[in-house]
Amino acid sequence: MSSTPKARPATAPVVFTANRLRDGRVVWLGAEGSWVEALAAARVFPPEAAAEGLALAKQGERQQQVVGVYGVEIRHLAGAPVPLKFRERLRAAGPSIAAEPAGWRLAS
Amino acid sequence: MNVIASRPAPQYPPHARTYRYDEIDREFLAERIAEFSDQVARRLRGELTEDEFKPLRLMNGLYLQLHAYMLRIAIPYGLLNATQLRQLALIARRWDRGFGHFTTRQNIQFNWTKLEDVPDILRALAEVDMHAIQTSGNCIRNVTTDEYAGATPDEVVDPRVYAEILRQWSTLHPEFTWLPRKFKIAITGSPNDRVAAQVHDIGVLAKRNVAGAMGFEVHAGGGLGRTPLIGRKLRDWVPEDEFLGYMEAVLRVYNALGQRDNIYKARIKILVRDLGDAFVEMVEREYATMPRDPYRLDPAIVAAIAAHFAPPPFAALNDIAPPEDPEFAAWASRSVRPHRQPGYASVTISLKPVGGIPGDASADQMEVVAALAERHSFGEIRVSHVQNLVLPHVRQDELFAVWQGLRAAGLATPNIGLISDIIACPGMDYCALATARSIPVAQRISERFADLDRQLDLGECFVNISGCINACGHHHVGHIGILGVDKRGEEVYQVTLGGSATNDAAVGELVGPAFSYDDIVDAIETIIRTHVAHRALGERFIDTYRRIGLTPFKEALYAAA
Ligand code: SF4
Repeated sequence: MSSTPKARPATAPVVFTANRLRDGRVVWLGAEGSWVEALAAARVFPPEAAAEGLALAKQGERQQQVVGVYGVEIRHLAGAPVPLKFRERLRAAGPSIAAEPAGWRLAS
Repeated sequence: MNVIASRPAPQYPPHARTYRYDEIDREFLAERIAEFSDQVARRLRGELTEDEFKPLRLMNGLYLQLHAYMLRIAIPYGLLNATQLRQLALIARRWDRGFGHFTTRQNIQFNWTKLEDVPDILRALAEVDMHAIQTSGNCIRNVTTDEYAGATPDEVVDPRVYAEILRQWSTLHPEFTWLPRKFKIAITGSPNDRVAAQVHDIGVLAKRNVAGAMGFEVHAGGGLGRTPLIGRKLRDWVPEDEFLGYMEAVLRVYNALGQRDNIYKARIKILVRDLGDAFVEMVEREYATMPRDPYRLDPAIVAAIAAHFAPPPFAALNDIAPPEDPEFAAWASRSVRPHRQPGYASVTISLKPVGGIPGDASADQMEVVAALAERHSFGEIRVSHVQNLVLPHVRQDELFAVWQGLRAAGLATPNIGLISDIIACPGMDYCALATARSIPVAQRISERFADLDRQLDLGECFVNISGCINACGHHHVGHIGILGVDKRGEEVYQVTLGGSATNDAAVGELVGPAFSYDDIVDAIETIIRTHVAHRALGERFIDTYRRIGLTPFKEALYAAA
């Protein structure tokens, strides 16, 4: 289930994220209403423009491109956006574990 | 794409003891897949909104998680045959990332499912009589049972027969499709509870009375999650033919009175806790009003289902001494358990290699297990609720060959029941509801305690980890329970001690303030050192804890603070 953290007024810059409808992958609202896979390419909205950003992102839901849009507060680190919350950092980076069992493959 | 239809239909191994579908089951499944495939297509075309589609996908086991869709596939009471396991391997390889995750409900989850692939996956499952129905939603979920059913010497009644009866009764039951909350049933046929019966919505112990008649002891109102509770015994004896009627009565009272308006209070455990004896009386009153005949469990039906679970054609053998290979002996001491049939044994396959992800198996590993099951276990495999696999019926003179096969596939870690045999839910690495990660904590603990001699010296110790209060990792009933929570946007870990999921079921006690991700493994180390310092000869962690209580652990953990 996608969880949509409760909205409270943003106090930091915001990016918008969702899952892509077709394959569920994490995407970010990029330039001109596009949805991109890399957080680095996400469009950053100042806190006062968060509502405008959300409205834009919601269009992606209405156009059935993405599911479960919500805003993520970030700060900039060495010029790159970094979510304030651990959950969103993990969501941006993918699982923190190897996506395969420590296991084992046939030699072939 | 119809890659599946072009392949020949798989043949069942002759003696695999799984329930076999009849034509009606197969037709229903085909219709259901066609219906859901159409819904997926309409969703992809934008004709259904997510609000419209979500309940439909959840009814078909499809979740949307943190990084992708997740498909949860039902493995009824944890029983698989080799053909089914091979098909799961094929799905893992073709439509996922080459692995699957076995869960504490004896199911399997694929974490990287694409919505557009789901119809093909469901067709592939249906080819081997499998599906993903009722693995989500407020319905009766997969009934779980003892992974050693039909094999273990301490069994009084084979619980698979009644688990299958419960499956047929609960599948698409029109009255119980929209319960106040999800509903989980576990059934065991052994006096030694290996199914955590007392922490289920309903826990059933199948037994015989002195006259040899079959009956059931029924518990209800157990559960973990936000409010962990041990179930209450409703009836010491429900005669076999009244089993479904009585179960129906329990569900009816819950369905009528469960708190639908508050998700945190909607499970049956809250009702049972709040009503106490009155709940038991209400069930009895409901049952008394129900006509007996329509609910009577016909012995002919029981016999027909029991025929599916008849013992495989065992050879007449005697027990033999194991080969004298120290590495084999170390593995066998943890993984091989006695069988009711002389000359046979059950093998537990650890899915918990040092540093591995608890419950994960690669497609290649699934195929190795399927091949070993075919050759050495009458084609049968079981999934255990502690996220391991079992080959239930292995000839003792073939154990060495099985061990060699498992070892070559990285499946012979000799840690069953030891501190690194950890239950861990997917946690924040996959789960959208998570407040913290579980898997890397499990990996780090298993690495810290990798030394097998140390693990053996510690003896039985269950570490259970959940990534949020929903408690899918059963942390409350771990000897050591770890719960990941969110503290101002960062993950921290609460520790409980003294839980148990067996006959002496208990909810663990919180030891004190939570530990950071970096500190949690050291905290577990401190707990174990404290146990070692205080233990009497032969005491397991849980024994020491019960004798000395929480205080010495608290003092050791927070002394420096
Ligand atoms: S316990 Fe929480 S984090 Fe873990 S699988 Fe269940 S819902 Fe997800």
